Amino acid sequence: MGTTTAMLRIVRDLLKHDTRFRIAFVFLLAVLLLTALTVVSPYDPSRTFKVPADMPPSLQHPFGTNSRGQDMFWWMAFALRNSLLLGLLTAAVSRVIAILVGLTAGYRGGFIDRALMSVNDSFVVMPVLPVLILLSFLLRGQMTIPLLALILGLFGWPWDARLIRAQVLSLKERSFTRTAVYSGNASLHISLNEHLPFVLPVVFATTIANMLWSIGMEVTLSVLGLSNVSLPTIGTAIFWANQHQALVAGIWWWLAAPIVCAIVLFLGLYLLFSSVNEYIDPRTRLRLMGG
Amino acid sequence: MRKFVLGYLLPRIAQWAMVIFIGVTVTFIIPRLSPNDPVERQISQMMGTGARIDPEAVEHMRVALTEMYGLKGSGWQQYVAFWGRLLRGDLGPSLSTFPTPVTSLIANAMPWTLGLLLTSVLISWVLGNVLGAFASYYPNSRFIGVIDVLSQAVRPIPYYVMALVMLIMFAYVIKVFPFSGAYPPGTRVQLTPQFMLTVIKHSALPALSLVTLGMGGWFLGMKSLCSNIISEDYVVYAETAGLRENKILFNYVMRNALLPQITGLGLQLGSIFSGALIMEVVFGYPGMGMLTLQAVLGNDYSLIMGIAIFSIVGVATSVLILDLIYPLFDPRVRHQ
Repeated sequence: MGTTTAMLRIVRDLLKHDTRFRIAFVFLLAVLLLTALTVVSPYDPSRTFKVPADMPPSLQHPFGTNSRGQDMFWWMAFALRNSLLLGLLTAAVSRVIAILVGLTAGYRGGFIDRALMSVNDSFVVMPVLPVLILLSFLLRGQMTIPLLALILGLFGWPWDARLIRAQVLSLKERSFTRTAVYSGNASLHISLNEHLPFVLPVVFATTIANMLWSIGMEVTLSVLGLSNVSLPTIGTAIFWANQHQALVAGIWWWLAAPIVCAIVLFLGLYLLFSSVNEYIDPRTRLRLMGG
Repeated sequence: MRKFVLGYLLPRIAQWAMVIFIGVTVTFIIPRLSPNDPVERQISQMMGTGARIDPEAVEHMRVALTEMYGLKGSGWQQYVAFWGRLLRGDLGPSLSTFPTPVTSLIANAMPWTLGLLLTSVLISWVLGNVLGAFASYYPNSRFIGVIDVLSQAVRPIPYYVMALVMLIMFAYVIKVFPFSGAYPPGTRVQLTPQFMLTVIKHSALPALSLVTLGMGGWFLGMKSLCSNIISEDYVVYAETAGLRENKILFNYVMRNALLPQITGLGLQLGSIFSGALIMEVVFGYPGMGMLTLQAVLGNDYSLIMGIAIFSIVGVATSVLILDLIYPLFDPRVRHQ
């Protein structure tokens, strides 16, 4: 109960003091409302030709209909839901790796730190897209959202592991770590019980950044036809519009719907990320809210 | 000098080798973990075209393909053979344009990507850094404020969506730039001034998109770096001493903030390269990105594999080069 009220107070503070948070709040609320609507959707997104094809946006079809006879409003609701789900799953997978690597490297130091960071930096530098294209090419036909999330998660951790490590490096020098060591605690216990709580705000911020990355990656892979294109996502919406040459045919709303949805979702997440990031840092929080 | 080699040069070269080792190993393991056997897939695809092939020929083909994909022998033998072929610069023949070697396809596409990337990375990095430094020094400027908002708005949008928006805006709604390609279809690629002009005209929009997307990150990074430096004692001292503003900004503030930005450029190269691949797909630009699309559409497994490995080696080497010229900017490394 206590944490809930604390969370609510943070949200209230941010709403009052931070314009970016206000915009993020409105954008993400719109996205969440749309995803919640999928429960009452009158159409099954996998079915085609349920509505007249190629209708421009109207009161009856707010985002228009596409050449496959699907209502774009309801289709995008499912697409946003699936893209968000993918982002959350990916973030979960990569958070586990990032936390483990970051805590271990930071706390153990020495050779283990150097070895882990060398692997870490290799993943940072590596151009991920060609490797992901190779992977999804081989898995074409079997791709599902959890599988794609797992794959993206395996590549999406290195930046955040480095960030967590840097935090632990400074925590390690604080006196409570020494007290814990002298009290005879095992290093795993210290990492998880003493250091992890301090690192959690950063983990939360990087979760949002990681979602941005993975949802964007999905768009790229889907546009190349490398994901399960029968599943509605932001990427597959663009894929189908390209397949039917929507732009040449003048069905601009078929592309506009995913583009607008993507921009609202990405801006919302990014503004939330930068707002939370500043809130975490007490110096900027002080400047923002005056204590 | 000894200290420089042991303390700076050797770790960088070791890291370079590490990136290539991990990258190549990952691309080696991935196909072998996949439930889809590339050999069977290729065969079923050929059978699927409707041509009648007798079983003996199929068996023959299976052996040939297994050998070509390097799937013969135990895992370890395959791995060693894989490295052997790579070190000889042999990425095998492309399947969709058999028997053209993958390396020659990449060699044809690479200059386009390289040209586009070098220009846009240079422009966005320099522009982002200069404007970022101004932003921290003149926080009340209206012009800088607009750039700030734009950078924050553009930064999170994925490359593909942003490129699509720019394409629709500047080639479809307002027809200022050509729709796709690096030159009009049917033109012969040659080194005449006239041809170069066409290429520049066609490359302007892809480059502009890359600059727009890339600049925001450098701008915001430089801005926050400089904001920290400005409150340092030596800057305050320089101001009290009455030095010219330009001199303080460029020689005192920017000079120090530039170093992390160079390191950042090295770390970002991989994702910038990935972004350029997507950009080419959107704009139909005939570089590595289009080659990738062509490989995906043509089910050309060996070409995709070759592109992945080449990209890893290429990006890792560029990062190494950047690391090697870094001491030119940082006297502390130079005088160790």
